[in-house]
Amino acid sequence: MSGKVMVKGTEAIAEAAIRAGCRLYFGYPITPQSELPEYMARRMPEKDVNGVFLQAESEVAAVNMIYGAACTGKRSLTSTSSPGFSLMQESMSYMAGAELPAVFVNVVRGGPGLGDIQPAQCDYFQATKGGGHGDYRLLVYGPESLQEAVELTVKAFDMAEKYRNPVLLLADGLLGQMMEPVEFPDFTDLEKLEKNSSWALQGTELTRKAHKVTSFNIDPVGLEKMNINLQKKYAEMEKNERMYEEYMMEDAEVVIVSYGTIGRIAKSVAKMARNKGIKAGVFRPITLWPFPYAELAKWARKETKLFFTVEMSAGQMIEDVRLAVEGRCPVKFYGRMGGMVPTPTEIFDKLMELV
Amino acid sequence: MTYTERYKGPKSLTQKEFTYCPGCHHGIIHRLVAEVIDELGVQGKTLMVAPVGCSVFSYEFFDVDGTVAPHGRAPAVATGMKRARPDRIVFTYQGDGDLAAIGTGEIIQAANRGEKITTIFVNNAIYGMTGGQMAPTTLVGMKTTTTPYGRNPANEGFPIHVSEVLKEITGVAFLARTKVSTPQDVNKTKQLIKKAFMAQINNVGFGLVEVLSTCPTNWGLTPVESLKWLEENMTKEFPLGVYVDKVGDIK
Repeated sequence: MSGKVMVKGTEAIAEAAIRAGCRLYFGYPITPQSELPEYMARRMPEKDVNGVFLQAESEVAAVNMIYGAACTGKRSLTSTSSPGFSLMQESMSYMAGAELPAVFVNVVRGGPGLGDIQPAQCDYFQATKGGGHGDYRLLVYGPESLQEAVELTVKAFDMAEKYRNPVLLLADGLLGQMMEPVEFPDFTDLEKLEKNSSWALQGTELTRKAHKVTSFNIDPVGLEKMNINLQKKYAEMEKNERMYEEYMMEDAEVVIVSYGTIGRIAKSVAKMARNKGIKAGVFRPITLWPFPYAELAKWARKETKLFFTVEMSAGQMIEDVRLAVEGRCPVKFYGRMGGMVPTPTEIFDKLMELV
Repeated sequence: MTYTERYKGPKSLTQKEFTYCPGCHHGIIHRLVAEVIDELGVQGKTLMVAPVGCSVFSYEFFDVDGTVAPHGRAPAVATGMKRARPDRIVFTYQGDGDLAAIGTGEIIQAANRGEKITTIFVNNAIYGMTGGQMAPTTLVGMKTTTTPYGRNPANEGFPIHVSEVLKEITGVAFLARTKVSTPQDVNKTKQLIKKAFMAQINNVGFGLVEVLSTCPTNWGLTPVESLKWLEENMTKEFPLGVYVDKVGDIK
């Protein structure tokens, strides 16, 4: 650790990736995350990094360069924003099928279509329920602050390697663009990482059988077997990797459920509610997949009067909240769309209407 | 009685039986690529990227580390590999649908970056794996399952000339169009493939060999008729030759 520095969100994630041992970045410019590739373009050639930055001709090419780099077992990163992430879905599916580790950052902006360039959470379904074709899962992290984004970026690389699976950091335009003091971890020893890639395509050196890494199996019996193995892996991820934060939840009668930027704003709302004598707390999922169903379900008890889900979307994560609550308590929603970020007062007023 | 072994398969091919139809040229081209890898002594450090199409299985036929790219994206996948491991030899093996239709962007951009990779481009003017549909290189008037009345330029445009397009790109270090329909052609093609690999080994730039190939099954011809058809039609539309050579003489 080297003390706190003031950085922009996209740059914090970029530097964290380098600290985690990422020496390969491929990406295509898109607002509001272009500072991330720009940072990589400056930083990768520097002597203490000695990595590769390459601006691809499209998000389609970028994700396939990541596919190729991941095949060699090296840590690689790409970043994009909503429309760009849609373009990457085909290869995300291929990478999940071929069990290739890499880290993706989606700095979500208002949609659908070209939408706008303001912060949003409208890509939750795409991030957590698929996005591409086939039965596959990504590990998805939703940080609330830049410090958490830094820590989750490092963790994302470790998890990608542990499970040989793509991992997604789901940020929003607010996290990407804001500045905060951040403490970076030390540089990862690259030589230690080498041992994690014995499966990779690195050339046989005529000392072993050739490695074949694909998502392809023309034989349905074989392909089903491959799928069963993938599902076993996803079950392990569900069992081991759920992360969440509980804020003032001990005696909570109103449970605000939010993630990312809104999860942070929700804490102010809970405080405002408590000042008015309403026992409010915040349940903030940090892994969006696997979603912490069991931990949230625990709060669906008789003392709980209301689950209040707040998102910058038309209501996407609320479906997972309902799955956890299973009809035992009322679940209400407030959301803004199109890149509008709700204020604490606005959310608080809505909460007061409901209680 | 003693025997002298005079003919054996290249080390860089596995023993797996080819899935290609009788009379198709993929088998010959696979063998040539494998012989070149053997002769250059790079089998142990070669990574290959297979396409989507008939040669999707090529990753199983080459005895080197390999993967299958999404349709058309092999040059981008190979770029990622080569940038991660510049000390490796990386090649893609692609058909005309993969390279010249869905993957046009990736091949042009990889060539333009002068990516130190080699591409073997097999042009048989038709989609094989999906059952004989029109390819970007399908000749005018040629009947396919999606041009049942013959390719009509007013509707489908003209066959795309990949080598003629790529020769204008500065990052290309070696580029040739060839065929493997006679023994002489086979020998010549092997030398061209070797040069396309030397372009990356010598760090000169991007190398590509376009090989005109038959597809008797989807052309609806016998293997012998296919050879004749290739000679009479394909070579007229797609002139053979070395289009770019910045590699120079090789031993």
